[in-house]
Amino acid sequence: MKPAPFAYAKARSVAHAIELLRAEDARLLAGGQSLIATLNMRLSRPALLIDLNAVPGLGAISVKDGYVEIGALARHAQVERSAEIRAHVPLIALAMPHIGHPAIRNRGTFGGSIAFADPAAELPACLLALGGEIEIVGPQGARMVKADEFFKGLFETALTPHDVLTAVRIPRASAETRAGFAEFARRHGDYALVGLAASARAQGTRLADVRLAYFGVDATPVRARNAESALCNGDLEGAIAALRSDLNPADDVQADGKLKGHLAGVLLRRVATQLASNKPR
Amino acid sequence: MSDHLHEIALEVNGETVRERVEARTTLVDFVRETLALTGSHVGCEHGVCGACTLILNGVAVRGCLTLAVQCDGARVETIEGLSDSGRISDLQQAFIERNALQCGFCTPGMLISAQELLSQQRVPTREQIRAYLSGNYCRCTGYQAIVDAVETVAQRRAGGGAA
Repeated sequence: MKPAPFAYAKARSVAHAIELLRAEDARLLAGGQSLIATLNMRLSRPALLIDLNAVPGLGAISVKDGYVEIGALARHAQVERSAEIRAHVPLIALAMPHIGHPAIRNRGTFGGSIAFADPAAELPACLLALGGEIEIVGPQGARMVKADEFFKGLFETALTPHDVLTAVRIPRASAETRAGFAEFARRHGDYALVGLAASARAQGTRLADVRLAYFGVDATPVRARNAESALCNGDLEGAIAALRSDLNPADDVQADGKLKGHLAGVLLRRVATQLASNKPR
Repeated sequence: MSDHLHEIALEVNGETVRERVEARTTLVDFVRETLALTGSHVGCEHGVCGACTLILNGVAVRGCLTLAVQCDGARVETIEGLSDSGRISDLQQAFIERNALQCGFCTPGMLISAQELLSQQRVPTREQIRAYLSGNYCRCTGYQAIVDAVETVAQRRAGGGAA
């Protein structure tokens, strides 16, 4: 299908975008790899599209004291090739090849993926596993929201219709940081049936601060907190058993909840191996 | 409605093009219908099939997930331009030799994706070829012949000569 008619405006700056967002029924356009698909299918019919692509300075990846900042307009392909990301945020580097297909990664943006918050998308779960923060600029100024508080419901986030997501901040990996990532998809690059993004801190031969963020199992990415505790105690079988209380996957068009629950356990086994064997960076 | 129509100027296959487009016109519809470059195909229209793949500012993109109005000032290359340039004639020949196409609907997108892969990696493994072409559906060949063709060209370009 073809999109319904809409007006189009290029934002010159974040402030300009916020001004344009005063219009009724306006949507922000970044990479467009999800939004334009929904326009084509007429699942969304905004009156105005505000194109962020020409806003200067939103696409940088910068390593700061203690954290890495990824600008909202950084393309997936740019993040995938970034030596800074590989060195300082290894979980994101692991996840990148699973996000869409190369032509989609050439255009899709990091911030767009977080703002769209597809429940089966990789990056929202990575951000949750890493304890990242989201920088939001609205009419009242800028604010930071923790990933744990950002994802509210199905395609629903802490962003209001008047806000622009401008960057995310992720704590820099240390020598003790461990990362794990795995997903099941019907075709490489498709949205996952079930996926798991994980981070932890190595403490001698044990793991501490384990954060397990599942995606494709609920309306938002979800932490498996009981499994996290079990894994901190070195109890993998207990962690897999604990997933039954942590997760309650519903049936969807791709798989039923029972299968998703089973696959979640298989993924945990794989990711636990990765967490245990990651080389210090 | 004036804010629905936009004047754009861009370079398509080396030629400057100036047109008025509706904001809702996708890049692939623009090149097919306004410029009559019908080598890029419209399949699923939601980014799944890859038939509409074209090159925007040097990188492969989905023509159905990019708006023409966003391409003001951009450089676009379609399969027609890439083919006329002669840069992929070996790839095209290998597709013919290996029967890597039947109906041909996916082929323009396949060629663009394969060419992008080969420009990044000299001799990719079959696994890497499959991963890179994962966003391009083919409903005829079963993919084996396509992977064969891309692998053959990679080896030939690298000077391996075999196959």
